[in-house]
Order: sequence, then structure tokens, then C-alpha cells
Amino acid sequence: MTSTVEVTDLCRSFKTSTGLLWRSHRTTEAVRDLSFSVERGELFGLLGPNGAGKTTTIKMLITLLLPTSGVARVLGIDVARDPQAVRSRIGYVFGGERGLYERLSAADNLRYFAELYGVSPRSQRTRIAELLELVDLSGREKERVEGFSRGMRQRLHIARGLLHDPEVLFLDEPTIGIDPVGARQLRELVVRLREAGKTILLTTHYMLEADLLCDRIAVIDKGQLLALGTPTELKSSVDIGQVIEVETFGLPQTAIDRIETLDGVRTVTASVRGHLQLLVVQGHPGAEVTGSVLAAVDDQVVHRVLTREPTLEDAYVALVGGS
Amino acid sequence: MNRVVRAARLVGVVWYLQLRMFAVSAFEALMQLIWPMIFATSAFLIFRVNGDRELLIFAGLGASAMGIWSAMATAASNLLQEERWSGTLELLVAAPAPLALVLAPVALAMATMGLLSMVVTLLWARFAFGISIPVADISGFLVSILVTIAAMAMLGFLLSVSVIRYRTSWALGNALEFPGWLLGGFFVPLAILPDWVKPLSYVFAPTWGLAGMRDAAAGRSPWLQCAICVALGVAYGVIGLLLSKRLLTSARRNATLSLT
Repeated sequence: MTSTVEVTDLCRSFKTSTGLLWRSHRTTEAVRDLSFSVERGELFGLLGPNGAGKTTTIKMLITLLLPTSGVARVLGIDVARDPQAVRSRIGYVFGGERGLYERLSAADNLRYFAELYGVSPRSQRTRIAELLELVDLSGREKERVEGFSRGMRQRLHIARGLLHDPEVLFLDEPTIGIDPVGARQLRELVVRLREAGKTILLTTHYMLEADLLCDRIAVIDKGQLLALGTPTELKSSVDIGQVIEVETFGLPQTAIDRIETLDGVRTVTASVRGHLQLLVVQGHPGAEVTGSVLAAVDDQVVHRVLTREPTLEDAYVALVGGS
Repeated sequence: MNRVVRAARLVGVVWYLQLRMFAVSAFEALMQLIWPMIFATSAFLIFRVNGDRELLIFAGLGASAMGIWSAMATAASNLLQEERWSGTLELLVAAPAPLALVLAPVALAMATMGLLSMVVTLLWARFAFGISIPVADISGFLVSILVTIAAMAMLGFLLSVSVIRYRTSWALGNALEFPGWLLGGFFVPLAILPDWVKPLSYVFAPTWGLAGMRDAAAGRSPWLQCAICVALGVAYGVIGLLLSKRLLTSARRNATLSLT
């Protein structure tokens, strides 16, 4: 049985030119020899930092970009050779404010795209009403999109992507910039879509979201695949032991540098949270570093110390940070 | 559903929704009508000095056609660029409907706005400057208007196809606005144009459409001019259709559908 999405040795480069009289050309390799597959009914996550090649990969899969080399198939159809056949069977939703006709109402936006996707006139009204209900926009369909909040726009994006009942759905950072409540509603919606049997390819920056939703995850950076597996497999695949979180105040850089050199310490990251400073120290497997870390910050006020098992975010930082 | 009926429905719905988007902004819609009137006013004031009534009728018809051309040349190209800015251009391409069937009604919607500006300009000429245009052959005159609009819509479609591939080609539409007035003989007779320009005028459909309108108004037969105008419009459409497929592939190869 073939996979729903198959990506084999996919490459995509972009050529840019600068200068007026003396043109200089530069080639950027956005995706390099990427291979993975997504099975029917699976919710597959594509994780990576900004510029990792996630959106470029999705744009090749939804036929907006041609691959430089390699092969990508969706539902067994080559996206480069037969884009038209792919388009009618997939849905595409991207995050952010753009991608809607601001001056049209929500219902007219859906009507526009229903025509573009060949939804029969007889079923259009019912389908649009169903989708507005699904994304919790019933009663707001006559309002113009320009007055919608970001969360409402995002939900309308999803309704648009589902108009023709596609077998495969591509969600490119659907929760970006949305408040926590809106993001939770969207995640619940994505779960319902998976339960309805849709195959979903999701890109996101939010590790918790990926951990909660995805059956399998591919971590990519600089266009290359770094790791592939279930969230549990990814967490156990990286060489991380215990993780210690220390909340402190005004820890100097010299102390952080000193902690980095301690035996058994793998990585140290420091961030500011409100008036606190959060130090996250990843240890090597089997190493007990809590005592030595606390000794290194002994002259500072320590607010709280927490020892925990590695999360997907720790695994991600270890993978991407070490690439 | 029959493919032809479905395509016709798609064209109709896209045309209607594009017009609806225009109608939302009263200011923009008004500007679309007022802009040609400003140029028409300048022309009327210049031609009035001569005191020749025939010349004023010539200018009145030319000014009325000018609105359609301005709407087509600039607005159709700019509209596609706006689609790129708002992120909807990629969605139009990612949809299974042939792109040509989406671009053509967009151009047609602009032509419809042009038709409105034509009516307004004629009324402006009549009531503000006392230029009434006697029309001897009403049906020929109306047919000439319709074929002119259809041909200009196809020309707008041809221009908009290039916007898909080249991010800055919307500027081409702006650059063509004023030369179009000269090439089409809107204000000056083709006879006084340099010889090397005339072939360009002959392949410019509005030249023939406007000639048909003038002939119908004067009681001469407009049908040959109408036929040439239709033939040129069909040619623009066919070239646009062929180019749309090639340029779309090129846009996918060169990543020009989005802003970045």
C-alpha cells in the first residue's frame, strides 16, 4: 500500500540576483534531499526553526512550487507532473492574517472558493453552513472578514480548506499569533478532523502542540531531515538525561559560562520570564548535576528548582541546537 | 454538471464577487468613475476652443472609451498584484479551477466598471458641456460598445497573466494607460500618428471598437470594425490562455506567486 504523502530526495533551491551593472547571483538550498512519508489517517508534524524549509516543502506538496529535484507524491500522484489532479484532492490552510478577501463576508469568501473547488451549487449552501458550524462561526457569516479577529480568520481559513472535503489537509502554522484560548479551539478542531479520517500534515513552532497532536514528527533544519519518529521516540532518541530548571534573579553570564563547563552538563539556556531568570540545564544521560549546578549559583537568590524528564522541546533544542 | 455550464457559473460568480468587493468601498468605486471624467474634462475644454461641433462629438466618444481602457489597463494589473499582497493569489493557483477562468472574469469585472465610467462620462459631456452625441444606429452603437468592452477585458486578461509570473509587471498596465489613448485614436485621429505607430494601433482592439462606435453614431456601418475588434479580442484571449499555462509553470519554478 502506498503512503498518502511520499517525499523522496526532495530538493528545492532559490536563485537570487543583486546589483545593477555587476549582477551577483546566489543560490540558497531551502530543501536538501528530504525524504519522509505520511500514512493514511496520520497526523504528521513538520518541525523546524524559521527558515528550516517547512513552508517550502509544503508549497511543493500543494503544487505551488516545483521541486528542483527529487519526487513528491500526494495520494500517489506526482505533484510536479499532474498538479491539477492533486489540487482537487487536497486542502491547504496557512496561518496569519492573509489569504482571505477582506471586503467580502465570511459566507462570500467560502462561496468564492466553493466555486473554485467545483463544489456543486446544490450542496454549496449546506456545506458552507456545516463548515461555519464546525469552526464556530455560525451567526457571523454575513459579517465582512475585515472585522474578524485573528482566531476567527484562522477558523475561516480552515473552513475554506475543507470546502471540497479533501482527503489530505496541509496546515502551515495554523495557530501562529493566536491567543491561548483560540489556539486550543483550533487544536480541538484539528483533533476532530483527524478523528474524521483526514490525513494531516502540520507545521508548527509550538512543541506542546506537536507533542499533543502529532502521531509522528519530522524535525528539519537547513532543509535537511534531522530526526523522524513519534514524540516519545524523539524524546528518547536524543542524548538527554535529567533536565533541571532553576528560577533565579540576576545570574551573571560568568555563572552561566561556569555551569556550561560542569561535568555531566549537556546544554544550558537562560531566558527571562517576567522579573525572573529561568535557567534550563540539560544533563547527559545518567549524570546527576543538580548539586553542582546549585553550587555554581550559590551566591544568587534561587527562587525555585525543578527536576523533570526531557520534553519534546528539550529533544527539539538538542536536535536543532546540535545541527 | 456540464463542464461548460460549470465554467460559465464560475466566471459569473467570480465576476459578481469582484464587483461586490469594489462596491464595498464607495470611495474607490467613485474614484474609478471620477478619474476618467477629469481627463475627459481637460479634453472637452481643449477641443471646445476650436468651436467645431463634429470635433467635440469625436472627443466625447473618445473620452467615454477612455474610462474603460483606464480601468482595464491599470486596475486589472493592480488587482492581481493586490491578490499577491493579500496572499490570495497562491490560493487561486492552488485551486483546481483553471487559472484563466478566474483571471478572465476579474478582467471582465474591471471592464464593467469601465462601462459605468463610460456612461458617466457621456452624461458629464451632455450636462456639463452640452455635448450631445447623436446616434444614428443605436443597435450598431450598443454592439460596438459591448465588443469593445469584451475585447478590452481580454486585453486586461492578457496583461494580468504576466502579473502571475512577474512580480512587478503590474507597472506595465500603468505605463500603457496614456499610450493606449493615442494608439486607440481616442482623442487624435489615427491619420496624424507617425507611420511606424500605425501597425500598433491596428492590433489594438479598442481602435476598432471605437471606430465602430463612431461609425454607428454617424450612420455608417460599424460591423466590419466590430468583427475586427472581436477577432482581436479572441486572439488576446487565446494568447492569454496559452501563456497562462506556460507562465504559471514558470512562476512555480521561479517562486514568484508569493511576495517572498
